[in-house]
Amino acid sequence: MSGRPAAGPVDNAGKKTSLLTLFLTFAKVGVMTFGGGYAMLPILEREVVTNHGWTTSEQMLDYYAIGQCTPGIIAVNVSTFIGYKTRGILGAIVATLGMVFPSMLIITALASVLKMFQDNDYVRKAFSGIRIAVCALMVSAVISLVKKAVSNIPTAIVAVATLLLQLFLGVSPILIVVCAVAFGLIMYFHGKRRAGR
Amino acid sequence: MIFLRLFWEFFKTGLFAIGGGMATVPFLFDISARTGWFTAAELANMIAVSESTPGPIGINMATYVGFETAGIPGGIVATIGLVTPSVVIIVIIARLLARFADSPVVKTVFKYLRPAVIGLLCFALWQLLPLTFLGDDRNILVLPVIAFAVLLFCMLKWKKVHPIAWIGAGALFGILFL
Repeated sequence: MSGRPAAGPVDNAGKKTSLLTLFLTFAKVGVMTFGGGYAMLPILEREVVTNHGWTTSEQMLDYYAIGQCTPGIIAVNVSTFIGYKTRGILGAIVATLGMVFPSMLIITALASVLKMFQDNDYVRKAFSGIRIAVCALMVSAVISLVKKAVSNIPTAIVAVATLLLQLFLGVSPILIVVCAVAFGLIMYFHGKRRAGR
Repeated sequence: MIFLRLFWEFFKTGLFAIGGGMATVPFLFDISARTGWFTAAELANMIAVSESTPGPIGINMATYVGFETAGIPGGIVATIGLVTPSVVIIVIIARLLARFADSPVVKTVFKYLRPAVIGLLCFALWQLLPLTFLGDDRNILVLPVIAFAVLLFCMLKWKKVHPIAWIGAGALFGILFL
């Protein structure tokens, strides 16, 4: 992965990629994806790798790896990355705006409609039921995260400590993230020093 | 000024929510508790709508919360606030750090950041539980608890089924039985 934007930001036809094409392509990906993140990968790959040739499948996986471990929404991080590689900083901004544009339209429309019906008895009942489903979805997200991320005693301690700090001391999520990053750094340098001996 | 505050709150969310999807949810509960712009119950409804519509969940949430707080401009401001840190950080990383994701420091930090995200999600869930499973006189509602157990069991058994299906099932249950 080179640091610079690709030398020749051209598509399969050999033409320079227009910002409009970039915007429309990412808007298309945004509207066709439910859920973002990895759910987006096949659609993004078809558009960006197969149809436009802006990047390769291998590079795409690199972008995902980086998008996952940098702040922000994965889908946005990957869009920014591809946009930057094709048309520099302006491309990064345009690709990201394209990605979020359908969400903004759809959600705004839907939110306005739901607002009109929020006092309707059936809508209220439906949302009471939906809240149950949301709780179950969150629990299943927690379960799959535990399987992936809790591998030994220190990681288990971090998970439990995070919950307790919030429950009893009201520590903000931001401070929690900062502390977890600091703890990770300490563990890294501690491990390195031990390995050095 | 509401728009500046919206931008700032979502900028912070974009900066500290790492991992995507549900990662933004704990920050939104935090915003709800501190600002009172929306309630935890409203937030649960917004999560359901965001999961059932196209687009990344985090973006849908930002637009929805921004819209509920300050109308259409609010939705735009909140979404731009959320993506601004991403754009800045990715552009810097694309320039400077070629092998960022493979570096051992980053890997170790993430090993400990991920369990912290679990704790954050559990706390968000904790705030949602009384709204979902407790009645007006603080008694536990049996029917929703049973529905929850059944839904969770099905979700874990059929992992490939899209969340919309479960949200739809929840809505149907609510209309029929609650």
